[in-house]
Amino acid sequence: MSALKIFTEPLQVINIGIEGFAADLKAAGVEVIQLDWRPPTGGDARLTALLASLQDED
Amino acid sequence: MPIRTEILPSFYQDSVVLMRIASQVRTRPGIREAAAFMGTPSNHGLLEQIGLATPESKAARPNDLILTVDAESDEAAAAALTAAKELLAQRRQATESAEEVRPRTLESALRMLPNANLAAISVPGAYAKFEAMKAIKRGLHVFLFSDNVPLQDEIELKAEAVKRGVLCMGPDCGTAYLNGIGVGFTNVVPRGRIGCVAAAGTGLQAVVSRIASLGEGISHGIGVGGRDLSAEVGGAMALFALEALADDPSTEAIVIISKPPHATVLPRLEAVIAKIRKPVVACVLGAKAPAGSAAVWVDTLDAAADAVVAVLAKRTPARRTFSNPSEIRARLARLQAGGPVASQMLGLYTGGTLAHEAHLLLDSLLGRDAGHTILDLGDDQYTVGRPHPMIDPQSRTDMILKAGRESVGVLLVDLVLGQGSHPDPAAPLAAAIRQASDMAAAAGRRLVAVGSVVGTAGDPQELRGQVAQLEGAQIELLPSNAEAARFAALLVKPELAETLLEVSR
Repeated sequence: MSALKIFTEPLQVINIGIEGFAADLKAAGVEVIQLDWRPPTGGDARLTALLASLQDED
Repeated sequence: MPIRTEILPSFYQDSVVLMRIASQVRTRPGIREAAAFMGTPSNHGLLEQIGLATPESKAARPNDLILTVDAESDEAAAAALTAAKELLAQRRQATESAEEVRPRTLESALRMLPNANLAAISVPGAYAKFEAMKAIKRGLHVFLFSDNVPLQDEIELKAEAVKRGVLCMGPDCGTAYLNGIGVGFTNVVPRGRIGCVAAAGTGLQAVVSRIASLGEGISHGIGVGGRDLSAEVGGAMALFALEALADDPSTEAIVIISKPPHATVLPRLEAVIAKIRKPVVACVLGAKAPAGSAAVWVDTLDAAADAVVAVLAKRTPARRTFSNPSEIRARLARLQAGGPVASQMLGLYTGGTLAHEAHLLLDSLLGRDAGHTILDLGDDQYTVGRPHPMIDPQSRTDMILKAGRESVGVLLVDLVLGQGSHPDPAAPLAAAIRQASDMAAAAGRRLVAVGSVVGTAGDPQELRGQVAQLEGAQIELLPSNAEAARFAALLVKPELAETLLEVSR
């Protein structure tokens, strides 16, 4: 395999969840976008699993 | 003793925020227990487990926030719930007044940051695959901190990641380094030429911190999660990460840190290592080196760091039980002059890999039933609804004080510094140990505390100040966790000195 591009590129992060991780990365000079995350499908885990399996198809 | 619940509909907050608020509420007068959870199925289970489930809480949906308190009076309960809501309102106001725009979806985040190359995901485990798969399919590498991710989800995520040539670090990955930058719970280390592959937690933190103290640095540290080397996952990400580091020009040597791989995975791991044209050090806690391995095998975390630094300097790695045996002899003599130490030993750890390493060393030195108990306080059973002990020291403080009241002779501890950890973890640890030692002394017993610190000079907590606080509380500090465990063993079994101090292995 060829070397991973992320090993040579500046890190740019989308943070989904705990905000403290974004704050630490920003302090290290990393560009970060914090997602305003909510459980998908209103939190219905069964529906989320179904959506996840539909994702698998693409 | 009323248990009171309040539901805030459609009020999502991340678990770290909620655990902090619960911790603050718990310290209020008249409050025995407090919890703040989103109403996910797993959280309903946790509320049942800690006895705080109520008819109101059971009706909450995953997007609803449950505040619940066990109080001595209705007045205390009402005041605590009001305080919790005020804390949440303050937080929401602070977030909303911040100028940054927060997109709701990965797609809109990617429009704002089109060159994003990593998704850091720490949502509840049931939703982790949904979010991580989206990121992987868009070519993003993934740092997956979430725990409780179903095994089948992990298998599918890693298969997709390998297919698309991206990293899926985790689930349950606490620590990673990419291009020298730490993600998650990380110590501040220089960018350097050593690459690591680890389950990713305190094992990786201990190795990179020691590498930094030896004057080397880290290129990348790839966490793969604790189940990667199982038969089911088959080492999918460890093998991928090893190959990636093998092809990375900035990585000159590689360290693997893990528990023993499944018998079906070890040959695949060995086959990949055999093809790597760089030195590889394998620290597989609890396993012996397979015959003919191309890697340098070591059995402790400190030895892993020492070996990789030695190999890069073209030196043969020295295998030592203590870095300064004569100083250890002097310290032992000083402690033994104070009288015998009771043989009951209690290890109270915040780092899971550190606890595991101590356990293995003590079992081999003392025998399995020698009266030592090593607890990983970050384990699920001790963290129900509470922050990890690296963030909130309360659970360990309580257990140290209990040890002071009981007949424990040697207390073995770790202290893990770095991003994400408590801002001043030495203060509560030193205070608890002082108090426990005083209680033991008042009862005519002796409690000796032994420990080690995982940290670097660059960490936000200031390593030297943390060490000074622990030394001020008479904690016997050793340069590594392995040395601390061996020193603790020497205290309860002085005859081990013949093997541990006289003979180099």
